[in-house]
Amino acid sequence: MTALPTRKDEDWRYSDLTALAEVWPSGDAQMRSVAVPAGESRALAERLAGTDWQNERVVVTVGAGGKLHLSIVQAGEPSAVTTQLYTVAVADDAHARFDILNTGGRFGRIALDVTLGARASFELGGVILGRGEQTLEIVTTLRHVAPGATSRQTVRTVVDDRATGSFLGKVMVARAGQQTDAAQSVKALLLSRSATANAKPELEIFADDVKCAHGATVGELDAQALFYLASRGVGPAEAKALLTEAFIGDAGMPEAMFDEAVQWLRAAA
Amino acid sequence: MLEITDLHATIGGKTILNGLTLGVGAGEVHAIMGPNGAGKSTLSYVLSGRAGYEVTGGGVTFEGRDLLALDAHERAAAGLFLGLQYPVEIPGVSNLTFLRTALNAQRRARGEAEASGAEFLKLVRTEADGFGLSMDMLKRAVNVGFSGGEKKRNEMVQMAVLAPKLAVLDETDSGLDIDALRVVADGINRGRSPQRSTLLITHYQRLLDYVVPDFIHVLVGGRIVRSGGPELAHELERDGYVSIAA
Repeated sequence: MTALPTRKDEDWRYSDLTALAEVWPSGDAQMRSVAVPAGESRALAERLAGTDWQNERVVVTVGAGGKLHLSIVQAGEPSAVTTQLYTVAVADDAHARFDILNTGGRFGRIALDVTLGARASFELGGVILGRGEQTLEIVTTLRHVAPGATSRQTVRTVVDDRATGSFLGKVMVARAGQQTDAAQSVKALLLSRSATANAKPELEIFADDVKCAHGATVGELDAQALFYLASRGVGPAEAKALLTEAFIGDAGMPEAMFDEAVQWLRAAA
Repeated sequence: MLEITDLHATIGGKTILNGLTLGVGAGEVHAIMGPNGAGKSTLSYVLSGRAGYEVTGGGVTFEGRDLLALDAHERAAAGLFLGLQYPVEIPGVSNLTFLRTALNAQRRARGEAEASGAEFLKLVRTEADGFGLSMDMLKRAVNVGFSGGEKKRNEMVQMAVLAPKLAVLDETDSGLDIDALRVVADGINRGRSPQRSTLLITHYQRLLDYVVPDFIHVLVGGRIVRSGGPELAHELERDGYVSIAA
């Protein structure tokens, strides 16, 4: 980023630009790299817990046949503004999985720009939990530039109060990306009528032999399920917690991250 | 045990229950029969405390307490169980988690000790066996992928584990094949005791071949128009609701 984004930037249309302008410009993005050599496996965990502006550009490379599992928890202080960009290159026959729990700060944005080699695979399990006036977003671009790559993205958003949770997911399939298999499942749960959830899937396909599935829903807790639980003796707070935990369970996060999300939910109840 | 007095209830401004009076004593099995639209399901929802039903007159006491003053989950803890006509599917929550959460929530509300994992599993295993549901099925999400019969068996397992003082079974027999019907009937009969009263809501007489009630009531137009013993079921089967109500 060299200039402050505006609403006209499609990728930033739901962002908290006021919060970003207040910290802007506090210097260039911090550069960092994560590299998995060909044929090797890495499991890494990152915790982003800043107080002001956290703005990293992380270059991730997974060599041919390599495997990466990267867990990211964005748990910034209430004042924090986070604008992380991970540029990820997954080489031929390599695999990458990202688990993201985006829950902290005033404005928290985690963007991924992923390029997939031949027969590479990519998975994203994302959970956004927001309350108060938070604006939290996950923005992904998946570039299927070679044949036979697969991508699976599952994102669950839970927002309360006046918080905004957004997922913008672009899948681009180049002419060479035949036999691409890409899927997105995006669901948001509004715990309050004043909260906002945005889901914006976007497909750009230049190959003719591809499978690209996407589904997005925004809703409230199922009133019938709540009554069923009540009729069995489960009080409203516990019933809501149980249903909300089941909802975010879809993202398939590692247990420690799931437990952290559950704590957030229990605190909200 | 349960005293319903001159109960009036509306949904969306429309009167459904119109002066219903009914008393159920401890250990008794009562059947409520009636045509579609008579208010049978409304009665079960009003008793169990579902939102959207407004009581506009009359009252209900349960063991001397004002039932209508309690929230739905409090009624369950007080000993009321509703067997649903269409049991709800809950993706992502296993039957075991659902049932254990329910059992322990009720026990906490009554000031009793929660069931340990081992105690709970033993209890569930016994009841699941009795109703022909495998523990594997109970590990799956609540009612997801269950057939109509399996959902009703699951309701019976829940009832047996939660051991209510009053079971209100809303069309528990609907959509069941003969084997499932026998299993359900068997569950009701096994639960019969001085400690459990049952209100069977049905519009077919068939279930009553297997569960012989102490009393039968005919519900038409939101009120009981006729009450009698088990023989009333056969009269209804023969003559229909219209002639009985006349």
